Amino acid sequence: MEKFTKLTGKAVPFDSINVDTDQIIPAPFLSIMRTEGYQGLLFHRVRRDKAGDMNPDFIFNKEIYADASIIVADRNFGCGSSREGAAWALVDNGFYSVIAPSFGDIHFNNEMNNGMVPVRLDEAVCTDLRAQLHANPGAEITVDLETNTVTAPNGDTHSFEIPDFNRERLLKGLDEIDLTLNYTAQIERFEAQRGQTLGYIDD
Amino acid sequence: MSTPKMMPKTMFQKIWDRHVVLERDDGQILLYVDRHLCHDGSRQGMSKLKAAGHKVRKPAQTYATPDHYRPTNAKTIDDFQDDQMRGIVEELAENAEIFGFHHFGLDSDKQGIVHVVGPEQGITLPGLLMCCGDSHTATHGALGAFAFGIGASEVAHVLATQTIWQRKPKAMRVSVEGTLGFGVSGKDVVLAIIGQIGTAGATGHAVEYAGSVMRDMDMEGRLTVCNMTIEAGGRTGMVAPDEKTFAYCEGREFAPKGDRWDHAVADWRTLPSDEDAVFDTDVTVDGNAIAPMITWGTSPENVVPVTGVVPDPADEPDLNRRKIHEGALTYMGLTPGMRMTDLSVDKVFIGSCTNGRIEDLRAAAAVAKDRRAVVSTLVVAGSVPVKRQAEAEGLDKIFTAAGMEWGEPSCSMCVGMNGDIIQPGQRSASTSNRNFMGRQGEGGRTHLVGPAMAAAAAVTGTFADVRDLMAKK
Ligand code: SF4
Repeated sequence: MEKFTKLTGKAVPFDSINVDTDQIIPAPFLSIMRTEGYQGLLFHRVRRDKAGDMNPDFIFNKEIYADASIIVADRNFGCGSSREGAAWALVDNGFYSVIAPSFGDIHFNNEMNNGMVPVRLDEAVCTDLRAQLHANPGAEITVDLETNTVTAPNGDTHSFEIPDFNRERLLKGLDEIDLTLNYTAQIERFEAQRGQTLGYIDD
Repeated sequence: MSTPKMMPKTMFQKIWDRHVVLERDDGQILLYVDRHLCHDGSRQGMSKLKAAGHKVRKPAQTYATPDHYRPTNAKTIDDFQDDQMRGIVEELAENAEIFGFHHFGLDSDKQGIVHVVGPEQGITLPGLLMCCGDSHTATHGALGAFAFGIGASEVAHVLATQTIWQRKPKAMRVSVEGTLGFGVSGKDVVLAIIGQIGTAGATGHAVEYAGSVMRDMDMEGRLTVCNMTIEAGGRTGMVAPDEKTFAYCEGREFAPKGDRWDHAVADWRTLPSDEDAVFDTDVTVDGNAIAPMITWGTSPENVVPVTGVVPDPADEPDLNRRKIHEGALTYMGLTPGMRMTDLSVDKVFIGSCTNGRIEDLRAAAAVAKDRRAVVSTLVVAGSVPVKRQAEAEGLDKIFTAAGMEWGEPSCSMCVGMNGDIIQPGQRSASTSNRNFMGRQGEGGRTHLVGPAMAAAAAVTGTFADVRDLMAKK
């Protein structure tokens, strides 16, 4: 996994609530293997009109955001299906951080497992950030994982919380399986003891 | 001398405590996974495992079945028209060979949607911690298991280590009190709950469904309610195991037998929440007031009773929300104030991990009996055992006599990955769980309903109130 320390980049203000992972990447693309890459698939359906052409009004289609790396969203971003393809579509299209008042639980973890930093900030702060970005398209935001702060276009800083475990993994770029395998002795001990208490289960 | 009083615990807390392998200084907890469910979509996690050169730590605790990519007209692997789908289903069988886990393939009499198969085969049991790379894994909580969905990286992690890192969610109790009215099902209950608390209403929580309505509900209904916990944002949903649960589990393939069974039941009786256990969030829902429900928009929280009308965005004070509401109406081709019963339907789907069980098919068949479907209708059992049971009861004959299609067990039109989709602009009555834009096919307009309501839509071509239809019988 790639390391994440500090990111400064253009941020897209995305005003929708309940952006589900079916919107982030439609199901038909999930047959594509991770190693093949998920470039060009982000918001594949919602960024097009009925005829299949790019909808110029959809904010991610605006030229100015072609090199954006942060999204400021509204509540419940990434709800719905557990598909990790949603996180792959985000990273493979250059987005390394999503700021929102709340996230779908599974998607939140999926982002962190792909070197992304999901940032939870108060609804009012998110609304204000989006207003600043709308007023000044192409403005930049900084997400600093070393200080756990977000710096807004107007210079205000907001601190955020992210579990220490995930923070450490992101800062060091550690693979989760390798990390857990360090605890194999504890897992074995648990399994031995489980055999006694849950002896009625046939594995 | 007085004996020290134990802190009262919720059922969730009890099951959680049993599965803690270790807690790190930073508060992150490693939990043990008793049983891991996989399906044809778990291939990304499996390929990650292979690439990293890991083995499956406990193949005997890993169970897999193809569901998302099985075409409803494919009885065997040779019937697949699409090479990619065939390849994906074959890949699962190959992975089962390589890694040695249980596999219920297309030729197995146990195959089906993973969330139907688990409870049906006794893989799902009270008190177990279960994971699956699918968001509807909370389904299994209906039996008193702690079950939750995970992403592909986490699937690889569970396969390699039989554990999962978690932070403890808050505990929430949703008490549905009263008695359900005639023609009201588990699906209506969960849609009413989501309508009340919203799609993020249970975010960060483990939900316990309680109250007289849940106690009175059959296992199939409980499975339906727990299934849609993710649609309220919850990590997991569960119901306290009781005599109904034990009767349901007894004798199933992977459930304990003989002496072990007695031990199991004795243990399971200790699982329900202690009487004075405290929940972080407590919600009460009036079960008496629940009518057959139907969604009108593109989020499961956009729901009204069948007697209701399409809500007016002008009633939404927040401007941003109003815009979203208007967008949903445009997508759905609706105008405010339209009566739900006046909408005409183009396609009906009865099935999925939400409503693809035998009770669901019985409810649909009761409506379809001696009637004709006036719109294209697809009925898909959730598993081979459900399909066989339905056929033994003659339900398939009722459906086909009504002009409905009777397919092979799969996820089918719930997500359209097997090719069963609706066309742009078509309006469906669907017993699945998501009315997201394009979920059932590009431009498709999905209305979520229970199985009896879906059958009513099939035979009338509109969202008829199933209670009127059944009263006429
Ligand atoms: S039936 Fe639908 S929701 Fe259930 S597992 Fe299959 S695709 Fe997912």
